[in-house]
Amino acid sequence: MRIKLEKRPAPSTFMLIATPIASVLLTMLIGMLVFDAIGIDGQRAVVDIFLTPILASYKWQDVAVKAAPLIIIALGLSIGNRAQIWNIGAEGQYVIGALCAAGVGIAAGPDAPAITLIPMILAGIIGGAAWAAIPALLKIRWDVNENLTTLMLTYVSFQVLGYLVGGPWKDTNGRNFPATAPLPEQLTLPILFQGSTVHLGVAIALILPFIFWLIMSKSVFGFQIRVVGSAPHAARHGGFDAKQTIWAALLIGGGMAGLAGALEFTGSLKAVNLGFPSGYGFTAIIVAFLGRLNPIGCLIAGIVLAITYVGGQVAQTTVHIPNSTAGIFQAMMLFFILASDILIRYRVRFIPTKPAIADKKEARV
Amino acid sequence: MSPEFIIASIVTIIGLTTPILLAGLGELVTEKSGVLNLGVEGMMLMGAICGFAATAFTFNPWLGVIGAAAGGALSSMLFAILVLQLNSNQVATGLALSIFGTGLSSLIGQSFTGRIVPQFGSIFPDVLAKDPIWKLLFGYSPLVYFALIMVPLTAWFLKSTRAGLILRAVGENDHSAHSIGYSVTGVRYAAIAFGGAMAGIGGAYFSMVITPMWAERMTAGRGWIALALVVFAGWRTGRLLAGAYFFGFLMWLELFAKANGFGNTMPFLQAIPSQFWAAMPYIMTVVALTLISSRGNVGASAPACLGKPFLPST
Repeated sequence: MRIKLEKRPAPSTFMLIATPIASVLLTMLIGMLVFDAIGIDGQRAVVDIFLTPILASYKWQDVAVKAAPLIIIALGLSIGNRAQIWNIGAEGQYVIGALCAAGVGIAAGPDAPAITLIPMILAGIIGGAAWAAIPALLKIRWDVNENLTTLMLTYVSFQVLGYLVGGPWKDTNGRNFPATAPLPEQLTLPILFQGSTVHLGVAIALILPFIFWLIMSKSVFGFQIRVVGSAPHAARHGGFDAKQTIWAALLIGGGMAGLAGALEFTGSLKAVNLGFPSGYGFTAIIVAFLGRLNPIGCLIAGIVLAITYVGGQVAQTTVHIPNSTAGIFQAMMLFFILASDILIRYRVRFIPTKPAIADKKEARV
Repeated sequence: MSPEFIIASIVTIIGLTTPILLAGLGELVTEKSGVLNLGVEGMMLMGAICGFAATAFTFNPWLGVIGAAAGGALSSMLFAILVLQLNSNQVATGLALSIFGTGLSSLIGQSFTGRIVPQFGSIFPDVLAKDPIWKLLFGYSPLVYFALIMVPLTAWFLKSTRAGLILRAVGENDHSAHSIGYSVTGVRYAAIAFGGAMAGIGGAYFSMVITPMWAERMTAGRGWIALALVVFAGWRTGRLLAGAYFFGFLMWLELFAKANGFGNTMPFLQAIPSQFWAAMPYIMTVVALTLISSRGNVGASAPACLGKPFLPST
């Protein structure tokens, strides 16, 4: 039997929605089998990673706080990906965003009024966008491959972080630990529900997907991004400027990552230390793919990935697996979603084997 | 600067260089075939744990290296199947491999934490290997010599063998290579597997040579430096060797600055933060890539099909 791929006349909407769901379910199933195979209670691990954070209401706030940066970064990345611009340096833009917010906060001093939060967050957006502007400029000016430059700049950003929190911005009361001083109370993001950790950033992460959805589906800009990505020739004939698209894709991606960094800093961590880059910028790439580059999809996928983070911590204590094991599940979801991409554009046909003569012969030279 | 200091520094630099040289050579071959595999860090970690586990079971570090190569190559096959069979996006698939390898190596490594495995003995007689001067040439782990031998071998393979020529043809123009009858997919499978095996051995350098112990994420981002190295070298084997030692030197400067080593003798160098040296490989890679992209006359260029999926027209 031979497997043949047949191009569909139009991308399948059913597959577009069904494959992400199937990917998550398959990840749970395969994960369970793999864990059982290596002598860990697989069923328990999968339940703890995927279901406990949903069923245990006291975990919801953790999920919400973890989902916020993932959703915000993924929204920005999906615009770039739609235009076929591959920004894989969101982690760096996230770090620079947080650092810019911290810089404004430090400059304003410990007695700064609460309104300083607004310039802090704006500085985060601008910082993230500026960090992404370097690859954008290099790509436009000299056609430098943006996936390599954005990635390299991420590792530069980690050193900028290390330098600032270990040197000029180091907390003088911090027992020589490389970290900024904790933010003064009035410069932290407001908490939405008394007694919880759910901060204003979570609300922003819930609202932004709808704004992005409006922009992408109703505006000329959204149309331009979609056309440039799916039909570059048509876009050129239609007068859409490729340079403008590159700028937009990278600056929005960087700006959103910077915003996420500023919100995580002012809302959750309240200080920047060497552990600040926790991989959200990379995980957000999984979110963007799992959410099918759709803003509402990103919202849902961000929550799913946040669940695996929180669940990974649960499983760490219940079945004694390392915290980073959640990464196995996250990567598996991305593997499955990438593998299933082909089902959207192609139909799989199983063709019974014909006699050997009919088989396509490899030409030999 | 005393001779002892210089010898100790050279030994350190060679130690820092070897893993990125090994992984870089593998990635160079993969990229020459037109495939960008960003999973180097994950494959290195898989190699590190598989090499460690194989040594723990067999008490033989040589079998351990084979285990490391197998671990790296097997994990690279996950990437290969997705990218070559299902035409998935290479960038995203490679990143997924890095995340996957980091997680899986931690999980496998959990039961090996705290264990110590037998290490390589020196391959040269102790008269040479332990001599304060001659150890500069003869005192290293076998993996160091392996890496150095692989450089001319890889260069020769790519430049002078038929198979190397086919591999480069596949990376430069997959459609032409396909139309004259070469199997683009087959060549790329082999190139990806080689990249995985070399990354695996590079990772094993951490768990079997630097410390004979396993620790989570012990490759500490060197996979990304190896990726940078391939680009910095402009996809040329000779430059990869030079670049690897240059990056090794920068990493040594970072460690030295961190330990306040310049403080006594060269205060002006101590004024430069250690992070500057740590960031240099990445900054220089961006600069090198810009030079390569802006003018073709620097004697280097990216393989034309790098990162693009191959869809035969028939």
